[in-house]
Amino acid sequence: MSTEPEPEPERRSRVDDVTRRLRRQSLTGWPLATAIALLAVLYPTYIMSLQELETVGKYFPSLGDSVIVVVFTMMAVGLNVVVGYAGLLDLGYVAFYAAGAYTAAWFASQQFEQVTFHFGAVGIQPDVTGIHLSIWLILIIAGVFTTLVGILIGFPTLRLRGDYLAIVTLGFGEIIPQFVRNADNLHGFDLTHGTFGISPIDAPGFGETLSDSLGLPASYQASFDRDRLFYWTALFLLGVTVFACVRLRDSRLGRAWIAIREDETAAAAMGVPLMRTKTWAYAIGAFFGGVAGAFYASVKSGAFPADFFFNVSIFLLCMVILGGIGSVWGVILGGVILGWLNVAGLATIGTDLGIEDVPKYQFGIYGVIIVAVMLLRPTGLIPERRHQRELEEAVSDLPLYDAEHDASLGRGGEDRIRRG
Amino acid sequence: MNLVKDPATFVNVFLVGLTQGMVYALVALGYTLVYGILQLINFAHGDVFALSGLVAFTVLTNLFGVDEASSNAISAVAIVLALAITMPLFALINASIEFIAYRPLRNAPRLAPLITAVGMSFIVQNIGLAMYDVNFRSASGLVPHTSVFTIGDVSYPWSKLAVILITIPVLLLLTWFVTQTRQGKAMRAVAQDQDAAAIMGVNVNRTISVTFALAGALAAVAGMLFLLQFNMRYDTGFELGLIAFTAAVLGGIGNLPGAVLGALIIGFIQAFNEGLGWHSPGSDWTRTIVFGILIAILVFRPQGLLGERTPEGA
Repeated sequence: MSTEPEPEPERRSRVDDVTRRLRRQSLTGWPLATAIALLAVLYPTYIMSLQELETVGKYFPSLGDSVIVVVFTMMAVGLNVVVGYAGLLDLGYVAFYAAGAYTAAWFASQQFEQVTFHFGAVGIQPDVTGIHLSIWLILIIAGVFTTLVGILIGFPTLRLRGDYLAIVTLGFGEIIPQFVRNADNLHGFDLTHGTFGISPIDAPGFGETLSDSLGLPASYQASFDRDRLFYWTALFLLGVTVFACVRLRDSRLGRAWIAIREDETAAAAMGVPLMRTKTWAYAIGAFFGGVAGAFYASVKSGAFPADFFFNVSIFLLCMVILGGIGSVWGVILGGVILGWLNVAGLATIGTDLGIEDVPKYQFGIYGVIIVAVMLLRPTGLIPERRHQRELEEAVSDLPLYDAEHDASLGRGGEDRIRRG
Repeated sequence: MNLVKDPATFVNVFLVGLTQGMVYALVALGYTLVYGILQLINFAHGDVFALSGLVAFTVLTNLFGVDEASSNAISAVAIVLALAITMPLFALINASIEFIAYRPLRNAPRLAPLITAVGMSFIVQNIGLAMYDVNFRSASGLVPHTSVFTIGDVSYPWSKLAVILITIPVLLLLTWFVTQTRQGKAMRAVAQDQDAAAIMGVNVNRTISVTFALAGALAAVAGMLFLLQFNMRYDTGFELGLIAFTAAVLGGIGNLPGAVLGALIIGFIQAFNEGLGWHSPGSDWTRTIVFGILIAILVFRPQGLLGERTPEGA
């Protein structure tokens, strides 16, 4: 250890400079973030008084609706890892949502009546058939299972270029819901209970022991504060997701993703392993989608195939685009705005304007948002600094000769990527 | 195990597949033309197709007032006249979509126009929803379902022949346009190298507009044919668009004969899957099979059956 040469003084100071600047950058946003997080956590305590306000009161979503907003925001933050960080357009994110929801359904319901296995489930009689695990365990299982699904989907497809990848993910996003709908009779085995879905799913809870010792709620279902408990749990999960995503962005892996997003060929030349890095983006994005899906299934107490359709993927993508591709805080803002529009906002605004079926056209409205943002403000509401620079360069810089469309250059690049 | 119960069923299913494949071919050509020139998957194309079919329904029933009771000659004239209205109309609409949504993003990163295309798809779909609500429309009563000829248990109805009678001339016209005319030559030049074509004096923007117009007109023909065969509503275009895109990829995207070949193959696969239900998974699994093919093609042979290996093809 002592033999290791000291870095030159000049060099060290430069490194310190950079570190200090980075640290300062990451700290400036924290007071605001903390304040917003506090407001969100305390929302159940002041929602009643907000809703009693005249004229604006009706725009505040109920707690039940807020849970949905938070869960979808969590999925959007997960999708942002794939689309925003790594620049891989995923149009089939709903597949991960479905995989997570069905994991919860398999391990916390009476679906598999052939077996009786209980582990940590609350409020279930010991002689009830089916697998009943603790919801907290299921969230982890769902995350891991969905990660595996993500890797399985990603492995053959991530070699493809951006737009082909988009269409393949879209294909998977269509195949998985159809599989779920039809998998009620796989050689006589009922895996998903077909179009009816699996319901009910056990409610979350911490059980008697933890309830007595730590004061945690024994069972959400039995509690009078059901909505608050679900809301706080959802918020906690979102917090974990956001923390993980912010830390990932600044990690070695995160920098590799951004390098790939900005220039795949250059990143490969710099020694970034393309396949492995992309697969990680896919797997991590899938993980959060799976956890969110599993949690949402336990909130709804069911996994229904009708919930998993293409439009959900687009809804999540719209959140990412509106908020700002690659910007975690932007995606949260986009998620809250669109989630709110989805659960209550459009209906309320429609009633105000005297138009009845505004929610019917919600996807048309999302389409307008997508196109408008891409044309007018492609960086989104809260731009990610690097992405903004990238777009500005791309727009202002009109090359006389475009290397991307040059067959000979492109071919060489592709071959190199393939081997990497 | 008997793959085919009896020859008559087999031939009937084959004819269904041929008809479906023809409709897919017209939509697939729209995808392949646009992809060939801009390397853009125009997600909105399927929805333009669906909207054109619905507008064709309005033109036929409200403007011309033809219905099942009309004589065959009047129906035939009405169909041709309706095409004369919807083809230019949707050529214009498709070119406008390019002008509004894709042209400003010509130099943006590749994903930007793709995302915009997804947004446009939803906008067009919701225009259809606003105009026609969620009800299905069909004009299958306009073409006679009596047989052209009958051999044993195999009968070939006029309704299916009509599809071929319309598709074949359209395909020939398209081939002539792309291979023989000056504008077609410009299209091929722009598809090969935009900058070189521009240097040679080709008006790139106009050529791209023409390509979109051509794709829109083809979609309008496909919309009419679909309307004459099946039920359609505002969201029909989404799934059919994906199937047609799969066909275009299968044949080799950017390759016009490839799109037709791929569409026919997909049409047959779908027809045999749904028609020979005792042996195949059945219609519940059609989507899974089609997208399974799409994924397999993209992974193992991204250039498609007839396509050449290009940098964009991988």
